Amino acid sequence: MLLLLIGLSFIIEKVILISVILMGSLGIAMYATWAERKVAAVMQDRRGPNRAGPFGILQPLADGLKLFMKEEIIPDSSTRFLFILGPCLAMLTALMTSAVVPWGPDYVTSSGHVVALQVADINIGILFIFGVVSLGVYGVMLGGWASNNKFSLLSSIRAASQAISYELAMGISLIALLMLTSTLSLREIVGQQHGFWHDGYFTWNFFKQPIGFLVFLVCSFAELNRAPFDLPEAESELNMGYHQEYSSMKLGFYLFAEYINMFVSSAIMATLFFGGYNFPFMDQVQVAAGPLFFTIICVMVLLTKVVGFILFFMFVRWTLPRFRYDQLMRLGWKSLIPLALVNMVITGAVILWTLKK
Amino acid sequence: MGLYEILFWFLTVMALGCALGVILSRNPISSVLFLIATFFAISGHYILMNAQFLAIVNIIVYAGAIMVLFLFVIMLMNLNADTEPQKNRLIQLAGVISGGILFLVILGALRNVPVASLERTNTGIGLIKNLGKVLFTQFVLPFEISSVLFLSAMIGAIVIGRKE
Repeated sequence: MLLLLIGLSFIIEKVILISVILMGSLGIAMYATWAERKVAAVMQDRRGPNRAGPFGILQPLADGLKLFMKEEIIPDSSTRFLFILGPCLAMLTALMTSAVVPWGPDYVTSSGHVVALQVADINIGILFIFGVVSLGVYGVMLGGWASNNKFSLLSSIRAASQAISYELAMGISLIALLMLTSTLSLREIVGQQHGFWHDGYFTWNFFKQPIGFLVFLVCSFAELNRAPFDLPEAESELNMGYHQEYSSMKLGFYLFAEYINMFVSSAIMATLFFGGYNFPFMDQVQVAAGPLFFTIICVMVLLTKVVGFILFFMFVRWTLPRFRYDQLMRLGWKSLIPLALVNMVITGAVILWTLKK
Repeated sequence: MGLYEILFWFLTVMALGCALGVILSRNPISSVLFLIATFFAISGHYILMNAQFLAIVNIIVYAGAIMVLFLFVIMLMNLNADTEPQKNRLIQLAGVISGGILFLVILGALRNVPVASLERTNTGIGLIKNLGKVLFTQFVLPFEISSVLFLSAMIGAIVIGRKE
């Protein structure tokens, strides 16, 4: 009934957009693995991968080929169905979030046809992201349990309790942002951050919610299982982590999902707090450049912000040592949640005060 | 049969099938997984009723948090199908009778409900804006009381779990 009303051109447009976004996130995640090794090398005064192609630029392809060619082992004592389901779920939840991110402004063709650079503008955009993130822990938990290995189980339990603890603070920091924007749609949130300067203040949400951004950033480190919160992959205590029994591309899926998650959460942080595709003097640029060129510039601006965040994730990983588990829990429950609550109360008070005036 | 009906029946069959899977499967882990699938089916029903906020909150709270804790506990206890304790016949019989009586009561209560009045109207009451307005104006007292109830439950859990 509903599907028949939607034109064929609309479906084709969306299919192309989804394919481009999927290919783009896979490609960026591939080169993020290369960049991670290069960044680590630079920070530790080494050379890093330099054999496959110039500057080791073909290294991700070689790694992928290696993972595909390796023997695939499913342990006899594992729960076979869940063992296979685990990495699939990890990959699925990693790729689902990019559906609601607006990658650029609407592009209007010369015949007046509007092309939205966002797969789905749903009116619960942020909650959708939050739901998918909260499901992301299933891949790790099921994989770790189905391996039938004590270390994998310990690791997956760590991952689950860490994810649940930090989701609370993340949610509260988002509530403060939502009170400010009074919408859940990511498209409208980006629209409110148009340009850079308006009415004597910055338009980007980072300048209105610095504490909220800080809490969100720390929580996203924990949700991504990235250092300094990579307790589920603490190889010195757990041999390897929840993916210890995995081999071949199933292991590759787990490792790869982490980089895709990093890319998508960088895109979300850029969208929520750093203006998405907006940049200073964009109105003047829009007049100077044509509509097509302007759209490309906007997408490039967003990708630049995303790459900046990814590099930040990497710098932190190779700078800070790993937390101890009780320190991690103390930070989450006793520091971040109260901080996020105070931030929420202050935001509410300021909004109430400015409304009354 | 339109798309709406197809989706409705698909979700209904999925919800009922998964709910049966919860109680029929021997392995507790697969019971939990069936329960998660049931929550997804129910969320699909909410979306069909244009209540997107309820749908996503159902997934965040139940599938994303509570079921993770269930899975957590079951994994730690390492329950298996063969370690399941065998209950004796009398208890099984009592369970069947009490369950059957409950089913009878529900059936009796629902027998006279007029089905024709359940027409689909697009009110949009489940959208977050309308829901917030209703909750914080018309039903603000019950809403606040239930939140106090949750708070007292949380404090109670902390008091019980605290080391002496």
